[in-house]
Amino acid sequence: MDSTKTKKISFNKQLLIPIAAIIALAIFNLIVDPSFFKITLGTNSAGNPVLSGYLITILDYGSELAILAIGMTLVTAASGGQDISVGATIAIAGSVILRVLCGNNSRPDTLQAPIIVAFLVACVVAMLFGAFNGILVAYFKIQPMVATLILFTAGRSIAAWINNNELPIISEPSFGYFGGYIPGIPIPTPFFIAMICVIVIMLVLKFTTLGLYTQAVGINGSSSRLNGINPQFIKFLTFVILGLCVAVAGLIKVSRLSTINYSVIAKDIEMDAILAVALGGNALSGGKFNMTASILGAYVIQFLTTTLYKMNVNSEALSAYKAVVVIVLVVLSTPVVRKKLSQLWGKLTVKQAVKEVA
Amino acid sequence: MKENAVLELHNIYKTFPGVKALQNVDFTLCEGEIHALMGENGAGKSTLIKVITGVYEKEEGTIYLKGNEGEAHIHSPQDAQNLGISTVYQEITLCPNLTVAENMFIGRTKGSITNWKKMNEDADKILKSLDIPAKATQQLATCSLAVQQMVAIARAVDMDCKVLILDEPTSSLDDSEVRKLFGLMNDLKSKGVGIIFVTHFLDQVYEVCDKITVLRDGKLVGEYEIENLPRVELVSKMLGKELDDLSDIKEESVVYEDKGDEVPVFEAKGLQSDAGIKPFDFFIRKGEVNGFTGLLGSGRSECVRAIFGADRVIKGKVKKNGKEVKISKPLDAMKQGIAYLPEDRKVDGIVGDLSVRENIILAAQVLRGFFKPFSKAETYKLADEYIKLLDIKTASADTPIKSLSGGNQQKVIVARWLLMHPEYLILDEPTRGIDVGTKVDIQKLVLKLASEGMSITFISSETDEMLRTCSRLVVMRDRKVVGELSGDELTQSGIMKTIAGGKQEEIAESSEEGGESVG
Repeated sequence: MDSTKTKKISFNKQLLIPIAAIIALAIFNLIVDPSFFKITLGTNSAGNPVLSGYLITILDYGSELAILAIGMTLVTAASGGQDISVGATIAIAGSVILRVLCGNNSRPDTLQAPIIVAFLVACVVAMLFGAFNGILVAYFKIQPMVATLILFTAGRSIAAWINNNELPIISEPSFGYFGGYIPGIPIPTPFFIAMICVIVIMLVLKFTTLGLYTQAVGINGSSSRLNGINPQFIKFLTFVILGLCVAVAGLIKVSRLSTINYSVIAKDIEMDAILAVALGGNALSGGKFNMTASILGAYVIQFLTTTLYKMNVNSEALSAYKAVVVIVLVVLSTPVVRKKLSQLWGKLTVKQAVKEVA
Repeated sequence: MKENAVLELHNIYKTFPGVKALQNVDFTLCEGEIHALMGENGAGKSTLIKVITGVYEKEEGTIYLKGNEGEAHIHSPQDAQNLGISTVYQEITLCPNLTVAENMFIGRTKGSITNWKKMNEDADKILKSLDIPAKATQQLATCSLAVQQMVAIARAVDMDCKVLILDEPTSSLDDSEVRKLFGLMNDLKSKGVGIIFVTHFLDQVYEVCDKITVLRDGKLVGEYEIENLPRVELVSKMLGKELDDLSDIKEESVVYEDKGDEVPVFEAKGLQSDAGIKPFDFFIRKGEVNGFTGLLGSGRSECVRAIFGADRVIKGKVKKNGKEVKISKPLDAMKQGIAYLPEDRKVDGIVGDLSVRENIILAAQVLRGFFKPFSKAETYKLADEYIKLLDIKTASADTPIKSLSGGNQQKVIVARWLLMHPEYLILDEPTRGIDVGTKVDIQKLVLKLASEGMSITFISSETDEMLRTCSRLVVMRDRKVVGELSGDELTQSGIMKTIAGGKQEEIAESSEEGGESVG
């Protein structure tokens, strides 16, 4: 019975790392302070029932990361590099949403356009910026990190410029639903949005050949071309898809605060998104990928962040702690270590078997 | 050690897993001599050079060098360099963004302080002495390819070399640049340097070399004075077939009959790609197997790549079943029912990390369309079917293709294209680097598919494979079609003469003569 179990697990080896990380973090919290797992039902300022607790926070904030991880996984797989302009493009998308909703008045009493229109405009804009990155990477063959450095640097200024450097505030309460709670539903909305995104990408991967193409292009572009795939277009496409993910994350981000702070919004989120991909056991050099592992990876990162906050780690020092944990996790997931570990595991089980026989 | 020899190798052995790369090879290079090292692909030329330059360590045998007491021990490229062996590779390995002088002295300056003035003066002196038209302070990238190649040689020469190895230095040079390079080589020769020259261009060998050593299948065929070895004989030595070793090779005779009036399945007129081939005409009929032959680098692959749209087509018209079509990218060709198994399996064929199953269905999937993926069950069914059909040895359909042996990898790629049910299949070196059993399997498969009506173009470095399978051969030399052989002309000697050839008339003449040797 044992052997069938290990077989099943080894079939999805890539999921092992993020799942193991979640378990490790959970055990750590259980030992340090079991109250970490407490979930309470209360009401928020608007009088709606909401669940609160650290686990809910993880679901809440991990969701925008999971959405970004979807796009980042595809970009990584196809281009063998990462988009570091994600945070800045979120600022742009968020700024566009606010601009459309507010019109020319930065403190409107009523929304100047339906939220859905604002969101769709943001989607188009973010996808255009994704296309810009994609063109640089796919057609001009610039290294992804260098190509996206342009928007990484300029993005937040563009975001500020869209709103004439003003900080619009939305007073309409329904705008807050996307980053908060829908009245009557005690689970944070971002989690639902993330789940919709996950379902969509899973359907796309099932009903199109996107997964096969991105992997083939990432592994061997020249061979893919001779098989009739257009490697440049596939790379371009992944950046556009990431743009769409960015727009969704941008909506959640501005909805949380009903306003925007150009220099702080989604700061360093690209690094967390990249880490999510890496934690999922996906090679950052491209090629094969496992989407589920990346999404789990996103929640692992948030689990870690929340754990550190809980332990009253100074937010300035947070990155340093995170780095240590991430180094350990990533090193553990490298093929070298994995091979050693599986050898060790093999030896142990053999010894045990010998003992049992004796 | 022989008198005036600078380098002597005796009984060199080198094996790689499964391959005897060098067996009992002797090689002698004399002072002031340009010595050509010839052989087809896989003959062991590059292995021998890598043994001399210390990239590989020999397993057995001895190396002697002039001015070196006893046996020379070469364990690393540094050792070789210190002993006065320098190499210039096909691809220029200098840094284009540095100056000529910097390139010449990079990694050779002592201490941490560089005397730029002295360095530039020294460089200029060397350049002048070798008559190289470049300035020390000029950025390398601004020099022509030939001059860059010369700078690489100057760097090698300045390291006080006794042995200079030129590994296909002319493949990216044009005619006038080749002239310049030859001038430099003759210059060095007169200064007493021994030069080993590796090239695929026969003309160049006869123009500049004094001696030829021929290798085949890792064994020494012989060392010859250039005047004692006519071209045709050189080709026959390289291919390993004697001239009178004639048409009895055709064991499985080709049943294809050219009816002549039939509309070709595929036809090209004046086709030319940006890969440097001269425009060529080509056609293939239903159920026909034909091939492109010629030495490596003669443009065989470039021709079929142009047909498939793998290289950018710049000129010419193509017709499919008599109808003019436009093929500008591989997908266009695939839509026309043309499949292409590329020459370099590792670089252009396999998608290494993907499973055997995914590799098999890849092309058919692309053809089927982005929004119509095969279901997982379908892919397993198709993969299993072809794994069985072609007898692919793999642990499972989910095994990554990169962990298969070369022969089985190739079968997977063949399966990939068969799954597409092409009308016209191009196989570019499908038998390279794979075991004998699989080679035979693939040839049999080709004949079987042709008898079922598929048109196939088959390219192989091994002439007898082509003679066995093809009913018509297009012969290429120096990126140009120089002849076409069919029927009785299809013999080893016919091919060799056409490859070695000279003028068109001679080719026609010699192929009519059949097996008689050319004086």
